Amino acid sequence: MSSQNLKKTDVIFGLCHTTDVEHMLPGGVCKTNEEKFVVLKEVIKKDPQEIINEIIDSGLKGRGGAGFPTGLKWKFASLSPEPEKYVICNADEGEPGTFKDRDILLKVPAKVFAGMTMCAYCIKAKNGYLYLRGEYKFMVPELRKVLDSFHETIKKLGYDFHIDILLGSGAYVCGEETALMESMEGHRGEARNKPPFPTVEGFRNKPTVINNVETFVNVTMIQKFGVEEFKKLGTQDSRGSKVFSVSGDTPKPGVYELELGMKLSDFVDEYGDGDTKAVQVGGASGFCVPRKKFNDTIIGFEGIPTGGSMMLFNSSRSMYNVLTNYLEFFAEESCGQCTPCRVGCQQLIRGVRAVKCGLRSPDYLDDLLKLTASMKLTAKCGLGQSVANSFSSIVSNFKEEMIY
Amino acid sequence: MIENLTKKYGKSREALIPILQAIVEKESYLSEEAMNEVAKKLDISAAQVYGTASFYSFLDTEPRGKYVIRVCKSIIAEMKGKKEIIKTLENLLKIKVGQTTPDNLFSLLETNDIGWSDQEPSMLINEKPYTNLTPEKTISIINEYRK
Repeated sequence: MSSQNLKKTDVIFGLCHTTDVEHMLPGGVCKTNEEKFVVLKEVIKKDPQEIINEIIDSGLKGRGGAGFPTGLKWKFASLSPEPEKYVICNADEGEPGTFKDRDILLKVPAKVFAGMTMCAYCIKAKNGYLYLRGEYKFMVPELRKVLDSFHETIKKLGYDFHIDILLGSGAYVCGEETALMESMEGHRGEARNKPPFPTVEGFRNKPTVINNVETFVNVTMIQKFGVEEFKKLGTQDSRGSKVFSVSGDTPKPGVYELELGMKLSDFVDEYGDGDTKAVQVGGASGFCVPRKKFNDTIIGFEGIPTGGSMMLFNSSRSMYNVLTNYLEFFAEESCGQCTPCRVGCQQLIRGVRAVKCGLRSPDYLDDLLKLTASMKLTAKCGLGQSVANSFSSIVSNFKEEMIY
Repeated sequence: MIENLTKKYGKSREALIPILQAIVEKESYLSEEAMNEVAKKLDISAAQVYGTASFYSFLDTEPRGKYVIRVCKSIIAEMKGKKEIIKTLENLLKIKVGQTTPDNLFSLLETNDIGWSDQEPSMLINEKPYTNLTPEKTISIINEYRK
């Protein structure tokens, strides 16, 4: 069954055959010998403040999951008089069930580099970094090729900006922006206290803009199509489209680009297998939505925001297994520096197992829910804070599966 | 080798992880000697080198085989038959998860989501991803590496 209400879009991957952007894609999906970088050429003639205002006006919010307004982030960094600033592209997508940045970097890497360059131009940075998760090391040779011709073009345009690729080494928490910067500086990937925020003190303690892969592509496309075109997509609170990673019990797993603000029921009609029991929106750190709430759930910043991971589970699946898999993941990936997350994750696993095998009464689940609430309040970074999301949404919606 | 790496990446703290990554690429893991030498070259304590290395799952501090197999253990992988792939690999290589074959050719590990949930079960062999695995496909992939 195909949903009429689901609006498929083509901003991130598509349209490159019919617009000037195709010429920005040496080595990308659109093979062309010309390297015109038409958009970029025009953009670096504009007033940086004008570009920033356009991005603010577009309503674009970060696509990594947290959803901070991109234009504001750029504005904060641009206001600093510090001569040394950095642009970082966060390509450390480690959220279970996410793989959209993989496809973006495989198919349209030049759009990412163009977006980073626009950011550098706006905040006056000379150096940029693509922090690529170690699991995607296989992409490096191809990305370097694209970067080489990109640097050549930038030079021809008479603009000074250089992008390097840095590899992660298999640590989920490094997707957290300050942990990522610690890792770039050669340390354990342990999150920093915020404030100061990266736009004030980021990489090497200098003002830094760090955005998700998809966010940079959106910037490129906003500059290509104009703000008004972009605003036609999505809703008041969730402008634009989003690239979703669809996996689990679905006849068509893969990467899909859809307008934000859709109803989860429309999504399930399109991608479900007809027997969808629950959808985990936003990966292990996101929320589990049961069937009875599909109709009332909006995917977007006004409902459940997501970095794009959509895992579908049908009625043959045990939600207890889903939960323990997530908890084991968090316990392994917790960096261990703050007590709520380090101890909390371990206790949650022990707790749900104890309830399942009858060592604890079902009421103990309420104690565990209180524990996740404390973790949400007291954990130092997003990892520990977000354990509560999946835990409470799975436990409260599938309580009987946790007990019997 | 470490001398050459410091020439390539420099001797600042920022060079540490790229240097460790390069050593793992060449030698499959970080030996005590290697970590001590890196510490000396970068003029930091061995504890800092070990502390950093042990944080990252791809910077192994235990001996590993020439080919490190990392099977994805995400919930989606589990739903799509990861267990069968592990069983196939264990039978084929005659080792358990976490072990290395006596000829030092293969190490078998499990790892968190490697970014292929649309094509599970999946695994990495060193840096190369293999997806949509079946027992048969897994066997023929391993046989290729044995040649």
